[in-house]
Amino acid sequence: MSIKKIITLALVTITAISQAREHIEIVGSSTVFPFATVVAETFGKKTGLPTPKIESTGSGGGIKLFCKGNGIDTPDITNASRRIKEKEFEKCHKNGVTNITEVLVGFDGIAIANSKSGPNFNLSLKEMYLALAAKVPANTTDGGQNKKDLVNNPFTHWNQINKNLPAVKIKVLGPPPTSGTRDALQEIAIEGGCKTFPFMEAMKKKNKKQYKRLCHTVREDGHFIEMGENDNLIIQKLVNDKNTLGIFGFSFLNQNADKVKGSRVNDNPITFENIANGSYPVSRPLYFYVKNSHRGKVKGMDEFIAEFVDENTFGEEGYLVDKGLIPSSKDKRKKFANDARNATNLNLYK
Amino acid sequence: MNNTQIVQKSLKKRYAKERRFKIYGVFSIIVSLAFLLFLLVDIVLKSTPAFTQTYIKLDIDFSYKVLNIDPKPNYTKDELFKSSYRNLISKALYQLFPDVSSRKQKRALRKLISSGAQYHLRDLVIERPQLIGTSQSVWVLADDDIDTFFKGLIDRNLPEADRRIKDIQITWIDKLQSKDRIKRQFNASFLTSGDSREPEQAGILGALKGSLYTMLVTLLLSFPIGVAAAVYLEEFAPKNNWWIDVIEVNINNLAAVPSIVFGILGLAVYINLFGVPRSAPLAGGLVLSLMTLPTIIIATRAAIKSVPPSIREAALGLGASKIQVITHHVLPLAMPGILTGSIIGMAQALGESAPLLMIGMVAFVADIPQGFFDPSTVLPVQIYIWSDSPERAFIALTSAAIIVLLIFLFLMNLLAVLLRNKFETKW
Repeated sequence: MSIKKIITLALVTITAISQAREHIEIVGSSTVFPFATVVAETFGKKTGLPTPKIESTGSGGGIKLFCKGNGIDTPDITNASRRIKEKEFEKCHKNGVTNITEVLVGFDGIAIANSKSGPNFNLSLKEMYLALAAKVPANTTDGGQNKKDLVNNPFTHWNQINKNLPAVKIKVLGPPPTSGTRDALQEIAIEGGCKTFPFMEAMKKKNKKQYKRLCHTVREDGHFIEMGENDNLIIQKLVNDKNTLGIFGFSFLNQNADKVKGSRVNDNPITFENIANGSYPVSRPLYFYVKNSHRGKVKGMDEFIAEFVDENTFGEEGYLVDKGLIPSSKDKRKKFANDARNATNLNLYK
Repeated sequence: MNNTQIVQKSLKKRYAKERRFKIYGVFSIIVSLAFLLFLLVDIVLKSTPAFTQTYIKLDIDFSYKVLNIDPKPNYTKDELFKSSYRNLISKALYQLFPDVSSRKQKRALRKLISSGAQYHLRDLVIERPQLIGTSQSVWVLADDDIDTFFKGLIDRNLPEADRRIKDIQITWIDKLQSKDRIKRQFNASFLTSGDSREPEQAGILGALKGSLYTMLVTLLLSFPIGVAAAVYLEEFAPKNNWWIDVIEVNINNLAAVPSIVFGILGLAVYINLFGVPRSAPLAGGLVLSLMTLPTIIIATRAAIKSVPPSIREAALGLGASKIQVITHHVLPLAMPGILTGSIIGMAQALGESAPLLMIGMVAFVADIPQGFFDPSTVLPVQIYIWSDSPERAFIALTSAAIIVLLIFLFLMNLLAVLLRNKFETKW
């Protein structure tokens, strides 16, 4: 056999192997990852089929891979800790991925927590903005809310922002910019507080770019400390320094309730109920998207999706709740479970 | 003052300088040893809870009714596979604690047992179908919260709201303990099962095998190619040729390229162009061999250079051809150096996770890979995934996985030392 023949044969074998795929491929958000993996494992044990392989690529990275095309070498499902953007959806359509089903898994709360032995915090979104943004309005203490001068954040202690807050130094440990938790912190907490200033709200309509820059930039003068993606590390640091606050997902708070406590936001403590009904505002929806053209081509996809949207899985007493998922409302669960089973196509524009 | 006097006068100072220098040396060795010791002790201490596991003894009634199958002489495997085994456990638990009645308490009671226990029972029944219709005492896995509590890692004096395990569950555990129905046992499944999101069921074998397959591909590719390239560059390549200089500079540069770049290259070339399956050890090995190659080439060239020219000349003088000189004399003499370089390269590759991110090996893979084409992950990735999991019990598992990685590395080094001693020649 000539060398040329051997090489061709090797390539053909490799291609043949990559075309026949036995397992489901899932990519996407690292926030949905801990939930999707539990479902995958249960599915594998229940059915005896190969356990789906789940990569944690981040929401954006997952959607990019997912939207690359309909080929069997593209992922079947992508997880996201936000809704798919119009731009991404259009890209998907352009690449021929037109049959997508959207499923809302539930919600994830973001905890602002400190050590059990530390002071209690009760923050409003505005206070979080004033404590964490790089630039804040010059006159934030009296009624001059419409003053438009912005200064570098002058606050060093919490009680400078609101005298009812503890008199300790502002020191917040949080996730890096690559993390979905950071996005949520910026978009919900900091922007949410930013918007409470009327002139900022006005700027949003006039100059969206500038508004975004001002309302999303986190201070870098040592009061907000980026900690990398490891939430366990943040919890260790909080235990060692009782005046430090840390920002991480609700499931970590849930597992470490003996060491740290979550701050109240707008008077509401961080609980399952408060996140589910929205009164605890710092939370975000978790989704997964299914490539319907792969149903029937990859073995077990229908069964896996059915397992995910089962009441015993993502319902109020399902096993994902034990892992820290906050279930969505009954109606929503019913709607999305139906969509998932019937492979209803997502229409982003309706 | 003559010269001798000057020297004698300065002698004391010079000796003192030497002593100080020695002390600096000893001090720095002690500091690095102390750090190493601290690290090892910390890892070993943290990992100890992972090597035992809590089991609970239940009297399981494998009745036809609960299993929902009809009595008959033979069952197909499929039939047994599809039965529900969850109820067997619930029933045994309710029998053990007959006074538990409310729905919430029943739920708390069921949570004593790992969600994997039902599949353990399923495997038992499939293995021995004659169990059906009998009643057996079976030790089943406890849930990770119970396990953590039983190991004393959760303080029972904390307020109930602050711990994951409830007061009523503690009374149940105490009751089980008084009846000798709960015990700790060596955690064999840690070494025999793949990854799981339930800490009590998670094992390292999947990642270990993934690392093994990946390293095999890396070794098989990078060792022959690296040695061949180094032999050509040292022995055959024309000297003072700008073309060879370019290659040389590039190899040296490649050794300093951040590893993630190789991952991007691997994604573009191997996966997108050649269609190598994503997440497979084959793809991982291909990428990591790109990373290992420059290290092996540089080390091999240094080893070949250090072979005394007299040996080459003697062989040539006795009429050996160039290829005979290389294969009979130069390579065997250079082998210890080549092996050392290869092991350093392989050890680097073993601990690498950044390039694997791009080719999909940073993933949750529960099934144990059976070959070079199955999706799999590697040891450092497994350590990363566990260290980032919220469940408390994963902290111990992370340290245990680090120990496994260190042992793997140690064995690899041992092999290299043995081979090196075998090839070593003294002259």
